[in-house]
Amino acid sequence: MKILVCISHVPDTTSKINFTEDNTLFDTNGVQFIINPNDEFGLTRAMWFKEKQGAHVTVVNVGQVDTEPTLRKALAIGADEAIRVNFKPADGFSVAKQLANVVKTGGYDLVIAGRESIDYNGGMVPGMIAGLTNINFVNTCIGIEVEGNHATVIREIDGGKETVRTSLPLVIGVQKGIVEESDLRIPNMRGIMMARKKPLTVLEPVESNSETTSVIFEKPAPKGAIKMVDTDNLDELVNLLHNEAKVI
Amino acid sequence: MSVLVYTESEQGKLKKVAFEVASYAKAVANLLGTTVTAITINTEDTSELGAYGVDKILNVTNEQLNTFCATSYAEAIKQAAQKEASKVVVLSSSANSKYLAPLVAVSLNAGYVSNVIEAPSNTAPFTVKRTAFTNKAFEQTAINTEVKILGVSNNAFGLVEHNGAAAVESFSPEISESGVKVESVDKASNKVSIADADIVVSGGRGLKGPENWGMIEELADVLGAATACSKPVSDLGWRPHGEHVGQTGKPVAANLYIAIGISGAIQHLAGINASKVKVVINTDSEAPFFKAADYGVVGDAFEVVPQLIEKLKAFKAQQ
Ligand SMILES: Cc1cc2nc3c(=O)[nH]c(=O)nc-3n(C[C@H](O)[C@H](O)[C@H](O)COP(=O)(O)OP(=O)(O)OC[C@H]3O[C@@H](n4cnc5c(N)ncnc54)[C@H](O)[C@@H]3O)c2cc1C
Ligand SMILES: Nc1ncnc2c1ncn2[C@@H]1O[C@H](COP(=O)(O)O)[C@@H](O)[C@H]1O
Repeated sequence: MKILVCISHVPDTTSKINFTEDNTLFDTNGVQFIINPNDEFGLTRAMWFKEKQGAHVTVVNVGQVDTEPTLRKALAIGADEAIRVNFKPADGFSVAKQLANVVKTGGYDLVIAGRESIDYNGGMVPGMIAGLTNINFVNTCIGIEVEGNHATVIREIDGGKETVRTSLPLVIGVQKGIVEESDLRIPNMRGIMMARKKPLTVLEPVESNSETTSVIFEKPAPKGAIKMVDTDNLDELVNLLHNEAKVI
Repeated sequence: MSVLVYTESEQGKLKKVAFEVASYAKAVANLLGTTVTAITINTEDTSELGAYGVDKILNVTNEQLNTFCATSYAEAIKQAAQKEASKVVVLSSSANSKYLAPLVAVSLNAGYVSNVIEAPSNTAPFTVKRTAFTNKAFEQTAINTEVKILGVSNNAFGLVEHNGAAAVESFSPEISESGVKVESVDKASNKVSIADADIVVSGGRGLKGPENWGMIEELADVLGAATACSKPVSDLGWRPHGEHVGQTGKPVAANLYIAIGISGAIQHLAGINASKVKVVINTDSEAPFFKAADYGVVGDAFEVVPQLIEKLKAFKAQQ
């Protein structure tokens, strides 16, 4: 089985979000970049398929040279090879188009992407890859087993979950739950050394225009002061929620 | 030219979010000087949609669509958009709508923007405001394509009533066989889901163990709320993964979010910040959640929550 794991390179979850160039650009100054958490869950599941079912795992990122350390980290975790499509992501569609091309030419059986990235939160790339390549797609996956050409996938739905059956090739959008938190791997020295020798191929992009453009960013307005309520005065809390906030 | 809106139902009944996306679609239609057409799938009673600005309903009745299937539903929506020559298609942020939206976008060559929180600020270029960086910022995004797809965040736009009635037309899209088959659905039918809830009651590690969740569930019951938890609580297996909220869990955009024994780490706050009113109950007055909340109680959850339940019961009895 050939697996492709899509890796988005995103600001660390603790990052303060700031903008430059008159609020038109994300300010990367002092920001640490990480593998998007959903992608890390997906990569960890791919490692299981590699170790238990002999899968070959390729990681891919659409981005410029500054994303290579993130791909090397994925190699250090255990992926076999990496691809970087040399393209500056403009919107979800332009990224999906690049990835769809990698999927088509690489003949992958299983494509794993995150349900959403924590920077742009588009929640669209995996679905668009599936739409562009016309292959089966299951989103919000919290479990997957593959047997031969068939996959059984557990998907989270609002208020519960459902089990679906489908066939490869397949694109899945994954989230927390697809692996246990304790299965996540921190690259060790040996992994890091080996990652240096693993192939990282740079592909030139196919032509793709963006369908949406970022105009300007805004930060939320500062919050008003909190109202404190004493533990022996909880009637007041009920009163405030009813009469002032009007939420109960 | 009509604005198309997909109004979701569950077991034949329109969901509350259907009225919110209909209200949103009406606002877009007003800006563009056009009408609103809704597509409903296996919905028994569509009569309420007129009151939220819908002019016409394309009502699909098809056994093949009894269980949700993203590709089939996307085909139905695409064909409705083509029939109506729609330039704008409005969808919700439910798990199902987010699943099918990118498929509709690809099939209509349409630009798709998710997490939209306001009516368009401009129609040429067509520009909408969305949340980004998990609620740490907003982005004004322009859509360059002729057809535009908007995924509207829950509880962002609200319900707007209009005086009107919608004409119902039956619609039979052609649905091809899907490669994904649902085998079983496991869903607690008596519980409110986090996505659909107006109020969410959430517990953190301060609650010490899963055996203490009885009072959280009771509080949620009294309020008709959904229950949620912080990440460590689901990592420890105290609560199911589906209840984990935050930057790496489910987003919460409720009217009221009550955090009990949750410190308010940046990753937690990012995911729940879109909620309108936040209440924190925590023993530590220095907990960062107090900086993010609207109302706070410094106190022991094991004393405060049972009392609060009694007060709320008394309040509800009066109403
Ligand atoms: C990559 C990454 C992603 C993450 N994503 C998320 C996410 O999506 N969601 C999330 O929630 N976290 C996330 N986290 C974890 C986050 O950083 C915090 O560790 C977590 O939110 C803390 O959970 P907590 O508030 O329940 O526990 P704690 O931080 O342990 O806080 C417990 C609180 O309970 C209070 N308390 C103790 N006893 C009582 C009592 N009797 N009554 C009332 N209060 C009491 C304490 O004062 C304390 O404030 C993420 C972390 C990382 C690194
Ligand atoms: N530039 C990128 N390179 C590779 N994969 C990406 C990129 N952007 C997004 N993805 C994948 O698509 C998922 C969803 O991203 P998004 O649609 O932006 O929320 C991510 O979790 C990644 O798996």
